[in-house]
Amino acid sequence: MAKLSKLQTATLPDAVLDRRQAVPALIERPGDFLMVAGLAGTAWELSALTHESPSLFGLGGAMGAAPMMGLGLALAQPKRRVLVATGDGELLMNVGALATIALQNPPNLTIICVDNGHYGETGNQDSHTGLGVRLDVIAAGCGFPVVHVINTEADMAEGRRLVREGGGLSFILLRVTDGPATHDGKKNLVPHIERDRFRAALLG
Amino acid sequence: MPDAITKDTWPSALYDLLQANGVSQFCYVPDAGHKVLIDRSLADPDVHSIPLTTEEEGVAMVAGADLGGQRAVLLMQSSGVGNCINMLSLTQGGRFPFLTLVSMRGEYGEGNPWQFAMGQAVEPVLKAMGVIVLRAEHPAEVITAVSAAITMAFQSGQQVAVLLTQRLIGAKKF
Repeated sequence: MAKLSKLQTATLPDAVLDRRQAVPALIERPGDFLMVAGLAGTAWELSALTHESPSLFGLGGAMGAAPMMGLGLALAQPKRRVLVATGDGELLMNVGALATIALQNPPNLTIICVDNGHYGETGNQDSHTGLGVRLDVIAAGCGFPVVHVINTEADMAEGRRLVREGGGLSFILLRVTDGPATHDGKKNLVPHIERDRFRAALLG
Repeated sequence: MPDAITKDTWPSALYDLLQANGVSQFCYVPDAGHKVLIDRSLADPDVHSIPLTTEEEGVAMVAGADLGGQRAVLLMQSSGVGNCINMLSLTQGGRFPFLTLVSMRGEYGEGNPWQFAMGQAVEPVLKAMGVIVLRAEHPAEVITAVSAAITMAFQSGQQVAVLLTQRLIGAKKF
């Protein structure tokens, strides 16, 4: 039977953090940000975290959209802090977006990849990152000026500082175990309602 | 009275039109048919000029710009339309204003057989994903067609493509 092996270059330790605690602990004060969340786990958990805030645009499809939506939003709103939260599968689908974003270098944008190493919604297959592909190295190679990996609780304080203060375009790889995301937010994100809510809250 | 639009002047007049209508994010995968728009956006301190690695990035970016209250345009070649298909779920489902200008290959006078499959599929693919398609065949039509598309996208919230055809931009022999 075909089996995929871990890359020989895989050097990161096994993930230990539970996303249900780690994501809220990292973002801390979601009301301070404009946010875009990628489909599935991250959209649900941010929807729950923000109590369905209109400052969150959550995706239920269009896989790969979140980072580039964040770029368009960050350029349009240079005085606001913009957070993108997305899974490893979504980021991998459009990984070239990291190169596009780094060239623009918006200082008000932070991309958080909640990396559980799996395609959690489709049967928990290993993702490329679960087998050792290094998104943090890709982000650094694309030219992100700030890249931070959170493997354990000890790495969280610096992650929180980056989320809060920015200090330039940043990429945070939050490595979590493959347990379920918090899922008591909205079950069905209706895209045109998400858009109208977001724009009404931001633009009046 | 302004000078008549010619095959040499329409690209620059088109940039002026987009800028005058508040388009401030120019997203593109480089293409010869969009050279003037790309060069002028790069030289313009009042707009963002955003080279993409693949066209679908631009679909998502246009939506993000709209969330933040800015207008964006996606410039691409006909082959890039195929790279956008699933991402157009976002613009259609979200009812995002979407304006794209597509420089055509694989049609009138095309000399490269590789271009025909996607070139001929551009209109049905866009229409299948809810994008309204306008065509510009002659220099005099470019400004009127794109003006119409701007109104349809940014006033009426529609998803609109203007095809800059090979009759307009010239067929390639390779």
